[in-house]
Amino acid sequence: MTHLFSNIALTTETLFALVASLLVALALVSVFTARHLIRRLLALNILSSAVFLLLVLIARTADGTDPVPHALVLTGIVVSVSTTAVVLALYLRRYRMKPPC
Amino acid sequence: MRELLGAGFILLGIPFFIASTVGLLRFPDVYTRLHALTKADNIGLGLICLGLAVQASSVAVALKIALIWGLILLASSTGATLIATSAIRHGPAPLRRNDDDTHAGR
Amino acid sequence: MLAVDLLLALAALATAGQCLLLPGLFRAVANLMAFGLVMALIWVRLEAPDVALAEAAIGAGITGALLLTALGQLPASRRSIQPTRDRPLRQLIPITALVLLMAGVLWATVLALPKPGLVEEVAAVLPESGAEHAVTAILLNLRGIDTLLEIAVMLCAVAAIWSLQQAIPPPALGDHYPGLPTLARWLHPLFLLMFSYFLWQGAHAPGGAFPAGAVLGAGGVLLLLTGSIAWMHQRDFNLLLRWLLTAGLLLFLANALGGLLMTGTLYGLPPQLAGYFIMAIEVATALSIALMLMAFYLFGRPGAQR
Repeated sequence: MTHLFSNIALTTETLFALVASLLVALALVSVFTARHLIRRLLALNILSSAVFLLLVLIARTADGTDPVPHALVLTGIVVSVSTTAVVLALYLRRYRMKPPC
Repeated sequence: MRELLGAGFILLGIPFFIASTVGLLRFPDVYTRLHALTKADNIGLGLICLGLAVQASSVAVALKIALIWGLILLASSTGATLIATSAIRHGPAPLRRNDDDTHAGR
Repeated sequence: MLAVDLLLALAALATAGQCLLLPGLFRAVANLMAFGLVMALIWVRLEAPDVALAEAAIGAGITGALLLTALGQLPASRRSIQPTRDRPLRQLIPITALVLLMAGVLWATVLALPKPGLVEEVAAVLPESGAEHAVTAILLNLRGIDTLLEIAVMLCAVAAIWSLQQAIPPPALGDHYPGLPTLARWLHPLFLLMFSYFLWQGAHAPGGAFPAGAVLGAGGVLLLLTGSIAWMHQRDFNLLLRWLLTAGLLLFLANALGGLLMTGTLYGLPPQLAGYFIMAIEVATALSIALMLMAFYLFGRPGAQR
């Protein structure tokens, strides 16, 4: 394991890759362990942000910035707010039918 | 010369941010914390924007920085009013001089 | 610059950690909004200005407004999760170890990934795509079919929400908080200005349909919050609202079919007319994104109240 990390210099890319990895792990664990449903929704939001961060980092290649992941991330942000809205509406509906949830 | 002037304004603005952060962390209730917070927006950010505008490359950039300051003033004053009104309606009453400091750390 | 990066990284981790780990839902939502703002700064730092604009309007603005309104519908006892009894240490250690292990493996994998990139391929077809800005060209021409499906996904989301329940009645916040409607009225011309500016700029610089739609949608949510857009809630305008919501997708489909007629492939825009096609799609996409973001905010089917 150690030889994998031995020749990593601290640059913008490696630092934000580390941040994104930590966020993915933290959010993924929270999605499964959180008790409140809305907290799980927040964890999903953070998870998607972390994945977007990974995508944008991969877009920084040696010969310039690759615009394709940027377009993917733009679409992804809008889809993720759609998911949030649907989940919240489902939650409110469920709450009105049978309050303790 | 312009850079020196800009740096001077920014250095003047930073203490306001530090003071208002300390106030946000240490003041006992919502109202006093709001009082501390708005100082950073009004004067601290104003001085920093002034410092940046002095150094700006063109008048258009300086005007954009001024617009940013104006927008933040508008938003922060409205936000502070909303928080204060909401706290008066639903939250704890403002602390009086002789009250125990029961809200500290909340 | 590494100092700025370190600060941003710490701020992102701190806000995300507070959002997920501390008790209290309201605090969690506030931290998520702060996290969105930090992410917007990170996008600027990583030279992704389009993403930064969309994230600032959607991630920090609209998501927060949606969550706070949903929390406002719950009784206070559900809003603040009681701080659960402290997790015993022997539960905390394996969770932390799991997080660190997953993060480490993911980090090593990401750093080892090859970065092929499509920089040259995109640059080669850019002149005949009808837009000078590569992200706009990809979104609206090269991979326009993805954006079409994305608008369809949003429309499905609106349909799902509207089929669940009736809309939350508009909060008459103006009665108690007189500053808010004034702020919305003063800011609205600025929202419109930013919207047109992003649309116009999108063909040759960062901007375009997604940030424009996000900014206009955020302004619209602000107006909805103050009850200034009463017609969206009225039964008489329900049909009009439905047509407006589908208009973006229909125009998109018309473009795709027009491309099919003129070039023989679905969504194949003829190079000499691509600029006009892109302009039409850009306006339609931006307007429908803005309107659908506002429709999400209704949390249900409008027009059923007496």
